[in-house]
Amino acid sequence: MSRIETELKTSKENGTTMNEMTTSGASTAVTERPLGLETRGVHAWFGSHHVLSDINLQFPERSVTGLIGPSGCGKSTFLRMLNRMHEFIPSAAMAGEVLMNGNDIYAPEIDAAAMRLKIGMVFQKPNPFPAMTIRENVLSGIKLANLKVSNHDDIVEKCLSRAGLWKEVKDRLDASGGSLSGGQQQRLCIARSLAVEPTILLMDEPCSALDPGSTLRIEETIHELAEKITVVIVTHNMQQASRVSNYCAFFLSDGGPGVLVEADATRKMFTNPTDTRTADYVQGKFG
Amino acid sequence: MPQKREMHVVYSLGDRIFRRIVTAGALTSLIVLALIGLFLFARGAEIFRDMGFKFITGVKWTAGSEDGTAAAEFSIGPMLVGTIIVSFIALIVALPLSIAGALFIEFYSSQRLKRLLISLLDLAAAIPSIFFGLWGIQVFSSMAERWSYLLNSYMGWFPLFSNEMQVFGRSPFVAGLVLAAMIAPIITSISREVYSRTPRELVDSCYALGGTRWGAIRAVVLPFGRSGVLGGAMLGLGRALGETVAVYLILNLVFAYNFNILEAQGGNIASLIATRFGEATAYELKGLLAAGFVLFLLTLTVNMIATSVVQRTSKDRS
Amino acid sequence: MSNIGNETLVAPIQPWVKPRAKTLKNLFGPALVALVSFVIVLLTGFAGPDGWALLFFVGLLGLAIARTRNQDRVKRNNSLISIVIAGGATLAFAPWLSIFYSLVIKGFHGIYLGYFFRDMRITTPDDELNMGGVGHAIIGSAIMVLIATAITLPLGILSGVYLTEVRGRLTRMIRFVIQSMSGVPSIVAGLFIFTTFVDVTKQFSGLAGSLALSILMLPTVARTAEEVLKLVPEDLRAASYALGARQWRSSLMVVLPTVRSGLTTAAILGVARVIGETAPLILTAQSISSFKFNPFSGQIASIPMYIFALFQIGTEYSMARAWSGALVLMVIVFLLFVVARRLGNRVKR
Repeated sequence: MSRIETELKTSKENGTTMNEMTTSGASTAVTERPLGLETRGVHAWFGSHHVLSDINLQFPERSVTGLIGPSGCGKSTFLRMLNRMHEFIPSAAMAGEVLMNGNDIYAPEIDAAAMRLKIGMVFQKPNPFPAMTIRENVLSGIKLANLKVSNHDDIVEKCLSRAGLWKEVKDRLDASGGSLSGGQQQRLCIARSLAVEPTILLMDEPCSALDPGSTLRIEETIHELAEKITVVIVTHNMQQASRVSNYCAFFLSDGGPGVLVEADATRKMFTNPTDTRTADYVQGKFG
Repeated sequence: MPQKREMHVVYSLGDRIFRRIVTAGALTSLIVLALIGLFLFARGAEIFRDMGFKFITGVKWTAGSEDGTAAAEFSIGPMLVGTIIVSFIALIVALPLSIAGALFIEFYSSQRLKRLLISLLDLAAAIPSIFFGLWGIQVFSSMAERWSYLLNSYMGWFPLFSNEMQVFGRSPFVAGLVLAAMIAPIITSISREVYSRTPRELVDSCYALGGTRWGAIRAVVLPFGRSGVLGGAMLGLGRALGETVAVYLILNLVFAYNFNILEAQGGNIASLIATRFGEATAYELKGLLAAGFVLFLLTLTVNMIATSVVQRTSKDRS
Repeated sequence: MSNIGNETLVAPIQPWVKPRAKTLKNLFGPALVALVSFVIVLLTGFAGPDGWALLFFVGLLGLAIARTRNQDRVKRNNSLISIVIAGGATLAFAPWLSIFYSLVIKGFHGIYLGYFFRDMRITTPDDELNMGGVGHAIIGSAIMVLIATAITLPLGILSGVYLTEVRGRLTRMIRFVIQSMSGVPSIVAGLFIFTTFVDVTKQFSGLAGSLALSILMLPTVARTAEEVLKLVPEDLRAASYALGARQWRSSLMVVLPTVRSGLTTAAILGVARVIGETAPLILTAQSISSFKFNPFSGQIASIPMYIFALFQIGTEYSMARAWSGALVLMVIVFLLFVVARRLGNRVKR
C-alpha cells in the first residue's frame, strides 16, 4: 500500500474500516474506527540484542488498547518506541515505521519534541516534578515546550478534572506535588500529560505502584479519557486489561525477540482467542 | 533481516547552543590543569636549561652572592628526597591505621556510633592543614620526641634511625607522623566506602558457613576492597607529597640531603617554595617555578594513577 | 488460637541482644586492666597517655587470651583481631580528637566579644589577649571565598550538567581530569596564580587569592554537583521529554530546580574545602593587620594567614591568638558542615 493511500484512508473525515486496512503481518485489530497510530514491521534492538521482531499493530482512535504479555516480552520497549523515548538509550536501534496520521514519526524531518506533544506518556512510577507545585506541574508541559497559551487557570481546572483530581486538590494548588498520595500523584501526572492536549496517551503500567483503590480511580479516568483520545496501556494485570481496554495485543518472547502473537477486540481475546498460547496466557497457565 | 534504521537523538538549535556552553564550562578544569603545567614549565624553562639534570641530582639551593663570586645553583634533589621520605613515613603509618579505622566503623560499631564516626571522619578530612602544623609543634611533638628517643635507643644501629646530635624534635619522622594524621581521614573514608559496597550476600554466606566476623572480613571484605584501598592510599600519598604549611611549621628546614629520619633537619619541595618565595631574586623565582613544576608533575602522576584505580573499582561495582 | 484484634498479646524481645547486666560484667575486665595500667604509669618510668594506652592495649590482649583459653584458634584469633582493629581505629581517630580538644583548650582564652570586630593594627605581639582581634581576617576570608564561589559555582554546575545531562564524548575524560585536579597541591595553585596574575598586575591582591582558591575549590564543587545531579531520577528527565521538552529546557526547568539545595551543598562543601588554605595565600594575597574591603588592590587579611603570621612571631600571646583564630576557623568549618548536612538530607528525601 502506498503512503498516499494510507494517508487518505487514515484521515479522520473518511475513516476506513480495519477490514479494508488489513495488511500483511502477524495481526490486526478489527474495528470500525479510524486509526490514531499504526506500526509497520517494527523491530527493536539494544546493541546486538534483538528484543522485538516485526510488530504490525494498529491503534484505533478514541479507544483503549492494552499491551499484555509476560515480563521480558518487549511490550514496554514497544510502548517507548511509539513516541521515540526508545532513542534515549545510547545502544538502541530500530527498524520499521511508526505512523501517526499516516506520517512516519521516525522520518528525518520529524521534530521529536514536537511529536511528543501529540503523543504523551505516563510512567510506571508517579513522577511529579518535585521542585514544582501542583499547579506548576499541570502547566509544566506548556512551560517546557514554550507553548503560547493564556488561560492557565482554565487549563489547570480542566486537566485536573479530566484526571479526576480536581475536587481533591482545588484548595491546595500551591502545595508541592510530592505532598500527594501515590495514586493522586499518578493522576497529577496524567493531568500534566493532558495539558498539552495530546491525541494519544501512552501508559506504561500506570497502576503497578498503586493500591487497589487508586488503581480503580485511574481505570475510571482512563475510560473517560478514551472518549476524546487514543490510549495505549501496558499492563501486567490481565484483569485490568479486560476491564479497561477495547482492544488487546498479546506479546510473547520464547527467549528470542518478542513477537506479537495476537491482537483483537478485548472480549474476543479473553473468550475466544485464535492462538492457543493466548488462551493459555489469559487463563493464567503461564506468565 | 530487516533494515536497521539510523536512530539518534536530534538536537534543536537551542539544544546545540546549550550543549556547547555546558561543554565549554566543563572543559575549564582541563584547560586550567593544562595551563598550570604549561606556565610553570615555561617560566621555569631557563632553570631547566641552565641546570640540566643537576636540577634533580645536584646538592645545593643557593642564589649565589650579589658580586658574582659565588654562582647561583639550584637543585631540588635534597628536597625531592625529603618530600618522598616524609610522604612515605606518612603513608606507612596511616595506611594500616586507616584500614583498621574503616573496618571498625563498618563492621564493629553500632548504627549510632557508626553515624557519629562518619560525621567525625568528614569533619576530620576538612581540618585545615595549618592546624596539623600548630598541633604537631605544640601538642604532639613532646610525645613524638619520646618515641623518637626510644626508636633511636633501640634501633639506632640502623642508619635510618641514627642521630648524632641526639636532638629529636622537628625531624622528618615527626613531620611524617603528623602528615599521617592528616591523610588518614582521606584513606579511611575511601576505604570505608569501598568496604561498605561489599555485597551483603557474600558476607552473610560467610556467617552462614559458621565463620567469625574476622573470618568474613578476611575472606570477603579485604580482597573485595583491595584495589579501592590502594587508590585511596595513593590519593593520600598525593596529598602528603604536596603539603606545605604543616611541613613548613614542623620541620627544621635545612636544604641538604638527610636520610636519618630522626634528625632535626629536612624539608620538602612545597616548603622550599614557601620559604624562599619571600626573598627570592628574579632568577631564583624561576627556580622556584621550576620546582613547582616538578612537584606538579609528581603529584599529578600519583593522582592520575590513584584516580584511575578508584574509578575502575567503582565502575566494576555499579 | 487467633489473636486478630488483640494487640500486644506478645511482648517483642530481641534475644540476640546481650542483656545489659552481661555487658556490664564484660566491661569489668577491661576496666580493671585500665586501672592497673594507670597505676603502673604512675609508679614507673612509663610516661604519659601514650604509655598508658600501650599498657592498656597489651593488657586487653592478655585478658582476651585468658578468656578464650578453652576455645579454638579461630575464635581466639577473632577476638584478638577485634582488639587490634579497635586499637588501630582509636589510634587513627586520636589525633583529630586531640586537635579539636587543643583548639578549644588553647583557643578559648583569647576569645572575647571584641575579638570578632577588631583588627591587629595597633596590637603588638606582647599585648594581652583583651586587645586586637580577628575581625579583619574574617572579612578578608569572606571576601576571597565569596569571589571564589562566584567563579567556581557556575563552572562546577556546568561540569556537573555536562557529566549527567549532556553526557558528551568527553564525559569519562572530564570526570578523570576533575578528580585528578583535586590533587593539585595548594602551593602549586598559588604559584600558578602568582606567575600569571600577581606578576602581571604587579601586586598581591584579594582577587589573586580568590583565583588561587578557585583552582582548589572547582573539583570539590564539580564533583558534588555531579553527585547530586545523579540523584535526579531518570524518570523526571523522561517525563519532561515526553511532554515535548527540549533538552535545554528540561535541564534548566526540571533537573536543576530539583537539586537547588544540593547545589547549595556543593558550594558550601567547596567553601569548607578552601577556607582554611594557607599556602596559596602566601603567594597571592599575603596578609595585613588591618581591615580592608577592596579585593582588587594590595594585600588582604585572611584567617589562615592570621594564624600563620602570629604563630611565626612565636611570643606567648601571639601563639594564644593563633590558637583562638584556629578555633574560630574550625567553628566556621563545622557550621558549614552542619548546614551542608541539613541541606543534603533534604536532597535525599
